[in-house]
Amino acid sequence: MAENVEQVKGASLWRDAWKRLLKNRLAVFGMVVMIIMIIAVTIGPAIIRWTTGFTADYVPSRLDEGDLVQSFPPSMQHPMGTDDTGRDMLARVLQGGRISLMVGIISTIVSLLVGVSWGAVAGYLGGRIDNFMMRIVDIIYAIPYILIVIVLLSVFGGPNTPAFITWMSERFGGVGNQGLSQIFLLFFALGLVSWLTMARVVRGQILSLKNQEFVLAARATGVSTFGIIFRHLVPNALGPVIVYATLTVPSVMLTEAFLSFLGLGVQAPYASWGSLAADGIKNIAIFPWQLIFPGVTMALTLFSLNFLGDGLRDALDPQTRKF
Amino acid sequence: MDQSNDTILSVTNLKTYFHTEDGVVKAVDGITFELKKGETLGIVGESGSGKSVANLSIMRLIQEPPGKIVDGQIIFDGIDVRALPIDDVRKIRGKRIAMIFQDPMTSLNPFLKISTQLTEVTRLHLGHSKAEAYKHAINMLKTVGIPDPESRVDNYPHEFSGGMRQRVMIAMALSCDPELLIADEPTTALDVTIQAQILELIKDLKARLGTSVILITHDLGVVAGMSEKIIVMYAGKVFEYAPTGELFATPANPYTKGLLRSVPYPAHEQGKELYQIPGLPPDVAHLPPGCPFAPRCERAEEICSREFPPFVQINEHHRSLCHFAREVYEDSLRERETAQGPVSDAIKI
Amino acid sequence: MLSFILRRLLIIIPMALLVVTVTWGLIRLAPGSFYSGEKALPPAIEENIKKKYGLDKPWYQQYFMMMGNVVQGDFGDSLRYQSDSVNAIIKRHLPYSATIGLLAYLLALLVGVTAGVTAALKQNSMWDYGSMGLSMLGLSVPNFVLGPLLVLVFALWLQWLPPARWGGISNLILPVVTLAAIYMAYLARLTRAGMLEVMRSDYIRTARAKGLDEKTVLLKHGLRGGIVPVVSFTGPALASLLAGTVVVEKVFGIPGLGNIFIQSVLNRDEPLILGIVAFLSILIMVFNLLVDISYGFLDPRIRYE
Repeated sequence: MAENVEQVKGASLWRDAWKRLLKNRLAVFGMVVMIIMIIAVTIGPAIIRWTTGFTADYVPSRLDEGDLVQSFPPSMQHPMGTDDTGRDMLARVLQGGRISLMVGIISTIVSLLVGVSWGAVAGYLGGRIDNFMMRIVDIIYAIPYILIVIVLLSVFGGPNTPAFITWMSERFGGVGNQGLSQIFLLFFALGLVSWLTMARVVRGQILSLKNQEFVLAARATGVSTFGIIFRHLVPNALGPVIVYATLTVPSVMLTEAFLSFLGLGVQAPYASWGSLAADGIKNIAIFPWQLIFPGVTMALTLFSLNFLGDGLRDALDPQTRKF
Repeated sequence: MDQSNDTILSVTNLKTYFHTEDGVVKAVDGITFELKKGETLGIVGESGSGKSVANLSIMRLIQEPPGKIVDGQIIFDGIDVRALPIDDVRKIRGKRIAMIFQDPMTSLNPFLKISTQLTEVTRLHLGHSKAEAYKHAINMLKTVGIPDPESRVDNYPHEFSGGMRQRVMIAMALSCDPELLIADEPTTALDVTIQAQILELIKDLKARLGTSVILITHDLGVVAGMSEKIIVMYAGKVFEYAPTGELFATPANPYTKGLLRSVPYPAHEQGKELYQIPGLPPDVAHLPPGCPFAPRCERAEEICSREFPPFVQINEHHRSLCHFAREVYEDSLRERETAQGPVSDAIKI
Repeated sequence: MLSFILRRLLIIIPMALLVVTVTWGLIRLAPGSFYSGEKALPPAIEENIKKKYGLDKPWYQQYFMMMGNVVQGDFGDSLRYQSDSVNAIIKRHLPYSATIGLLAYLLALLVGVTAGVTAALKQNSMWDYGSMGLSMLGLSVPNFVLGPLLVLVFALWLQWLPPARWGGISNLILPVVTLAAIYMAYLARLTRAGMLEVMRSDYIRTARAKGLDEKTVLLKHGLRGGIVPVVSFTGPALASLLAGTVVVEKVFGIPGLGNIFIQSVLNRDEPLILGIVAFLSILIMVFNLLVDISYGFLDPRIRYE
């Protein structure tokens, strides 16, 4: 009976938040753009191939005729122009979007798993363990993440790639694809440097929750520590976690783009918005569209994600509403 | 409402609404009252009854949006406050109408010295020089009974206790010698012993300075010994408006009677359960068509939930918003004659 | 107060050493070394070099050797830039990064806080929507896209400003603006949120009830509380800005510390990595301490024991 009441109340809390979110025009704009973006990068390359014959790797045939390939400006045929080797930029941008959006999703999930567990365990156990765990967070904070990513990539790269990463990349792109499994490794490495703030946020939440009566009740009825943390405490700290996760997505996408800019991220033949933009920078003076289109697409995506995150925060935390 | 010369404030049909996600909240919905010079008016009601909003409206301190004064007239000393440009309202705020707020812990700026907060009012309104204002601030602190004001004036708010902070608030409010002081639950956040001191202080200062006072409270005990007239508010409406003595002796509204019965008093027989009004205050965003108190009213009949009650004039100074105001009033009269009124004795503090 | 500062300063040293230790461990964890890869040397020479740097000894001896020097503030010579000490490299490249970083943060502070206060003051006006939309844009455009675009427009098309290199004030404008953009955006949002939070508090209502005009209410009563989040953000932000930002240095060809750090990581130039990481972590901790001290000036309720 009591549980029933609790559930109804819980459901309406989420429903209220959803209603508030829908009233926020900017958040709805962000949501719509994201949905379009996801659909576009999922089925876009196939459609382009079907209607025009261009793929991300399509090189115009004039190359075979000994003609010097050059980058064409935007036209009806190539709405975003072409790159150095004459490949259609729109197809490249859509292809790159797959990797960029996957970075956002997979790295955020990894950072969620690590950050939430770390923060929840530290917050619930408290005392010395908490102190120790949070000092580790402080220390990792002080080390430039780029160093950590590079070390992770080289420790787990090549033949040392963990089996589950290889498995995942095979699921996605077929067996024996070493390049793709390195990209998936990058996703994990980015996730493993993005969990620190999440851990702090969750710890703070757990600290304020752990002395409440429902936890005492759970403990009194013999629920295990694991059960208390992950079935009772974490679900109650979900609001801030969701909000922070939405803001982690654009931030890891930026980090990936930055690494790609340095030549450390996604490697050819694969591309992400970051690596496309990095390629474009080299030719900025003569072929500015090579930078502008991937750059603007990425900025639009991040813009939408930021608005969505903002809207979610306002919706889930009515006290700070109207900011 | 007669606008005689000794009326300092008259409020007519004031309506302040808030536009929220749940719809329009009619926080104050057509209240009317007037206050004579040197008089004290008590405004009583539960939280959410609109008593604070009404007084913030008088000072034009309602945040817009979401709030808005949608209708009514506020005449302060012959000035139509609602029609006044906001810069002219600011000349009235703090100088001619001053306000004390409920929570002294949060109502003083924690980042600024007491002296800064006290002197800025008199420098603004009285044109004091820095030195004059500083001297005046010390004087005001002395007036409100802060020991060692010369050194305390340069302290920060967190270095004062709650009661002392409320004294500082009063000193600040009174430093320009205002004609009207609005005290919004000035004692609610304080310990009981401090409460009495603060009330005594307000009473004393009022007598000395001749200030008119509006005292807002949810506690009938507080207004009993302080005010000449009382307004009882419920759900944004005035439910009863009467001279203090008459309101306590012969209430003409079931809500007022309920409030009076729920006041605890020391002589209360042990073991006898304290009366409480059943139910909760209504959600002012979704009011039923009839009397907003009907669902909680002992005396409610079928008409009460159907039709909005009239504002019945019992006698020259006594009005009550109730379908059965006269009957309730006569009941009260009878009770008073036959036995002791339910609480009348207890309230005489 | 003094003892508080002293205690905090004393903690910085062991914390920095801890960071150095973990960093060292991380470098050693990764397979390969400075001498692997393209720079592979004949075995005999490699043997000699290893001897010179003590790389033939067991790892714990190497660790204590390294720590022994680090404790004295000596990070040794860079492997890549032979015969150049790490300290000299940092000293040489820091001024470039620091100049740009400091200017960028000052610009961001000026524009960001002003925009945030204006937006809060005129909430839900065009000013508010405009500055918040712009700052969201600032947060969403990666600086390696913004920088080249600015170069394209102002240097190549309009030819108002030089596209790159270190030089006069005109050379500073584009990199400083590029670097400042994201901080500007962040500070504007922080300030606005902080101001709105404060402007709802009871003491602001008191200030209004005193008859003060909105400007006084905002600047005298609101601002101090409202910029507390800005101050907390300033510590780490300024520290990492001063130590250099790779993207801007790369795009504009500035010989700053950020680029040197990336190179050192890519080259596995161990002494240089350790030196820069240690410097960066000390910088962050010092700035955080400065932030904590400035809280005391901002908020009289805070006392240091």
